[in-house]
Amino acid sequence: MVLSPARPPQEATAGDSVDAVITVSGLVKRYGTVEAVRGIDLSVARGEIFGFLGPNGAGKSTTISVLCTLLKPTAGTASVAGLDVNRDPDGIRARIGLVFQDPSLDVQLSARENLLFHAMAYGVPRSQRKQRIAQALTTVDLTDRADALVSTFSGGMKRRLEIARGILHHPEVLFLDEPTQGLDPQTRAKVWEHLREIRASTGLTVFMTTHYMEEAEWCDRIAIIDHGTIVALGTPDELKAQVGGDIVVLSTADNASAVEEIAGRLGVQALVDGESLRIEVADGSAFVPQLIMALSMPVRNVTVRRPSLDDVFLKLTGRAIREEEGEGRTAMMRAFAMRRGGR
Amino acid sequence: MTVDAPRAVGAVEAPAAVTRPSGVRVPLAQAVYIIWYRDIVRFRRDRVRLVMSLAQPVLYLVIFGVGLSSSIGRGGSLGAGLPASFSYLQFMYPGVLGMAVLFTAIFSAMSVVWDREFGFLREILVAPISRSAVALGKTLGGATQAALQGVVMLVFAPIIGVHLTVVSVLETIPLLFLLAFALTSLGVALSARLKTMQGFQVVMNFLMMPMFFLSGALFPLRNLPGWMTVLTRFDPVAYGIAPVRSAILAGSGLPQAAVDRVASVTIGNWVVPVAADIGVLVLFSAVMLAIAMRSFRHRD
Repeated sequence: MVLSPARPPQEATAGDSVDAVITVSGLVKRYGTVEAVRGIDLSVARGEIFGFLGPNGAGKSTTISVLCTLLKPTAGTASVAGLDVNRDPDGIRARIGLVFQDPSLDVQLSARENLLFHAMAYGVPRSQRKQRIAQALTTVDLTDRADALVSTFSGGMKRRLEIARGILHHPEVLFLDEPTQGLDPQTRAKVWEHLREIRASTGLTVFMTTHYMEEAEWCDRIAIIDHGTIVALGTPDELKAQVGGDIVVLSTADNASAVEEIAGRLGVQALVDGESLRIEVADGSAFVPQLIMALSMPVRNVTVRRPSLDDVFLKLTGRAIREEEGEGRTAMMRAFAMRRGGR
Repeated sequence: MTVDAPRAVGAVEAPAAVTRPSGVRVPLAQAVYIIWYRDIVRFRRDRVRLVMSLAQPVLYLVIFGVGLSSSIGRGGSLGAGLPASFSYLQFMYPGVLGMAVLFTAIFSAMSVVWDREFGFLREILVAPISRSAVALGKTLGGATQAALQGVVMLVFAPIIGVHLTVVSVLETIPLLFLLAFALTSLGVALSARLKTMQGFQVVMNFLMMPMFFLSGALFPLRNLPGWMTVLTRFDPVAYGIAPVRSAILAGSGLPQAAVDRVASVTIGNWVVPVAADIGVLVLFSAVMLAIAMRSFRHRD
């Protein structure tokens, strides 16, 4: 299934009016002359885990900041939990949970005290506080460290505690900005396990940004964003189906001539990706024998694999997402800096 | 809708205002309490800071106070009409209480800058609580710590030879709290705007120390050069130390005329009464708190 960037087909939008928790239409955010978000439309259904995938600077953190009412949109509309971001930012903030990319815990308090502060700040009734805190700690496996100071926690533990905090007041949507950035793969898997458990038990809607492809695979649906616009939107399988059947990666003694021979004799376009060539074909295993026959130079190696989201991104934007990792602070952090930066 | 029958009232309300489990806006008093409570929990935990912040006033009292007492002598040298037994140390002691309050108040307010560096300020600012509650809670939290610090200093009174009475202690505690509140509100108003710790260091050196020296904590605010007289009268701390000194010295048996002479701020020939000192501090706090609330409320 092929998805057009600006207006995704109906199947992919999870039915706008049915039970959409987030709807965005024509969203634009400009910082001075820089257009960070250039007209985004999307809709997220209740109970969905929705991933916003793109390189740093693509506009994903700006979008999430607008949805969390930390930034005002320049144009377009957005609503969260049935409330408009321009008209009722306080109402939205009371109904969402937020996990920032950088920690925002009080490290001089214990885990339990951090959660107590949050419960009180979000108006969790006194009679329910204790039980909800205990439950949230259990959900993220931190019960045995509940009374330890957060300053003694590892990065992964802090992140889990922040997720516990984010769901403590029973929000309708949990927003996570790069939730597993800087975590090792095991910790990342654990964070995801907790997120999926929470979703399964509470029906929470999760909206997250990431630039990790593996992470995006875990989402129910993904929007791929690049240069401020959505270039594809759908389930991971739908997006991968866009690439075609299989990916054949090969390297030869003379890659440049190989590209010509493949195009001339087999009628397919091979892309140069570093030291190797990438070819998209419907049936990889049937294609390899033809390929070997067609090439005049020695073939060093050939791999056939299913397409990944990396391939989708590469196909849509002409470059790999990995090349653009690690730029430092996100737009969400900039948003905070700007808000406080005087007028 | 118009109500035809009394029974319609309330019965039709429910569907219009859908109540959700989430989305509760916390009442102002509760929000202030949360912010205050967190500061107090941290304060209680941080014993080292409590001891460290006592060290400075004690040093002033023990070394500076004792040293100067020995060299300037007693009674008359501090002003005419003072009993011969009255020492500089007794004069200085209420000033050191004010100093303990001043330093702790400004340091406590610095926690706003600290919270910003460590990210917790985001947690506070995205919560559905009003920014005014944040400013007020922070000010009350810092003021509580600063006033406590001043109150703890009262244990040194017997050693200094200052006689405390129940009345003078009961008068001193709220006065210390008021001074603490005024100074913390100033600190919060400043730190709401400050981005870095370095900025705060500048504030400390160019604001806090002059405020301390000009407050009359260490010398009577009489017979000073003209320019200095003017500056001292603009120092809010002076109006905090004067009533504390009045209360403590009156309680220790100094005649009222002598108390007025050595403790009160004067403007021209007018001896500023305690009620006016309190008025100055209340007004100052109100202005600073309003500025602090404004700074927190600003958003893009």
